[in-house]
Amino acid sequence: MSAEFLQFLFSGVTLGATYALVGLGFSIIYNASHVINFAQGEFVMMGGMGTVFFLGLGLPMPVAILAAIALTTLFGFGLERFAIAPARGASVVTLIIITIGASIVMRGLVQVVWGKEFHAIPSFSGDEPIMIGGATILPQSLWVLGVTVLLVLALRYFFEKTIMGKAIIATSLNRDAALLMGINVRLVLFISFGLSAALGAAAGILVAPITLTNFEAGIMLGLKGFCAAILGGLGNGMGAVAGGMIVGIAEAMGAGYWISEYKDAVAFILILLVLFFKPSGLFGKTGTERV
Amino acid sequence: MLKIENLTSHYGRIQALHGVSLEVNEGELVALVGGNGAGKTTLLRTISGLQGASGGSVSFEGTDITEMAAERRVNLDIAQVPEGRQVFTALSVEDNIRLGAYTKSDKAEIAADMEKMYGRFPILKEKRNQAAGTLSGGQQQMLAMARALMSRPRLLLLDEPSMGLSPVLVMEIFSIVEELKEQGVTIFLVEQNATAALSIADRGYVMETGTISLTGTGEKLLNDETVKAAYLGI
Ligand SMILES: Nc1ncnc2c1ncn2[C@@H]1O[C@H](COP(=O)(O)OP(=O)(O)O)[C@@H](O)[C@H]1O
Ligand SMILES: [Mg+2]
Repeated sequence: MSAEFLQFLFSGVTLGATYALVGLGFSIIYNASHVINFAQGEFVMMGGMGTVFFLGLGLPMPVAILAAIALTTLFGFGLERFAIAPARGASVVTLIIITIGASIVMRGLVQVVWGKEFHAIPSFSGDEPIMIGGATILPQSLWVLGVTVLLVLALRYFFEKTIMGKAIIATSLNRDAALLMGINVRLVLFISFGLSAALGAAAGILVAPITLTNFEAGIMLGLKGFCAAILGGLGNGMGAVAGGMIVGIAEAMGAGYWISEYKDAVAFILILLVLFFKPSGLFGKTGTERV
Repeated sequence: MLKIENLTSHYGRIQALHGVSLEVNEGELVALVGGNGAGKTTLLRTISGLQGASGGSVSFEGTDITEMAAERRVNLDIAQVPEGRQVFTALSVEDNIRLGAYTKSDKAEIAADMEKMYGRFPILKEKRNQAAGTLSGGQQQMLAMARALMSRPRLLLLDEPSMGLSPVLVMEIFSIVEELKEQGVTIFLVEQNATAALSIADRGYVMETGTISLTGTGEKLLNDETVKAAYLGI
């Protein structure tokens, strides 16, 4: 493996991990409601911008991060309670349009309240590159990867081992049968939006020290995460993780070996190819709809 | 125990129930028979709360539950085995059964109940780690029943448990239904298989196009000329 290739791979998996988290957020909400939440990217942005804001208040980093995640989670809950729940019974397309509206509102709010400037969050543990096999990796990339792995494992545990997680899967599989079990499906939807928002915020915070953030940072991250979710088969959590990695690595290789201006196009070319040849996603959705 | 008065229900502008009144007393096994499209499933779904009522009332042990959310009715000890089983296909057999006790919190009690279900339906124990969607129709029916029983219901609503099953399996399902009745569970059994249902029922109702057209003891209905002609194929 050449050092150059390894270098592209490092940046690919870092990006990929971020897209994976965003894609997971799409999958969780999709499973619970069959809604594609186009405000997912704004959750990501709000995580980063929220951290900037709380750091600005003089809070220590860990506190600022938790506060930003909490704030974003509140927005997730609010989106469900005040925009999605009142439209109960509306078509899925209507709900999707509502999420697009919500994304515009969130971007507008952040722009008005926190401004348009780009901000950097300090790296969690310095900026001293680490040499591996002739290539370098930023400590922040290791944070991105490590936390992503932990979050994915925690989610798997939640959905496979806890009764609440199973109730969410049951609701996504058969809403009526879930109601007959006594599962409060509105609560499931509420929790799913909160969980997705928290995941999105985490992704936004992890990547902000590498990519900078501003009120529009969520648009591209949201779209890439959406590509990851589609690539893995909408609603398939582990598929979204794999999809995120594929998009991230393809993008980094495309930028490295091809033309860096077109790196954003790579994700969309991938998604078109997948939709054309295998519309259910690379990993389909057969059998297990678990995250 | 269950009292339904003048119940109506609509699907958009289509009216499926035209003023249904009936009663199920504690400890009884009551059968509801009727042809395809008569409104039996709609009635059961209105009792369990999956389908809204547009008029009339459903009361359970004296409390009006017409407007109560479906998920809260489970806490009153009402359980439904829906038409077409509706198991959680991608989840394991064990997870399906466990979700039946979603409203329960006593871990030891849940574990004991699961063992009970495995004792009653040994095939489910054998397939406990398999996805429910891989089970045969009869096995899925048993799973749907086990799942419903996990909530320890006092009123069990069964929607065509014999649908699509071989005669041997139908016998097995019906003997389980009788056994549950003996254990004190009140049962409201919806069936197109009128002969089988009426022969184990204390009382029965015949439903036609959204209304009750006939009622009486199971035996009386079995011997009724119009019932014979319309539903028993005699
Ligand atoms: N989801 C639905 N949308 C519209 N009409 C329905 C729906 N489900 C049932 N119906 C209509 O309601 C009537 C009663 O149906 P149903 O309760 O399923 O009858 P049964 O269980 O006795 O076969 C039928 O005329 C049927 O076409
Ligand atoms: Mg029916």
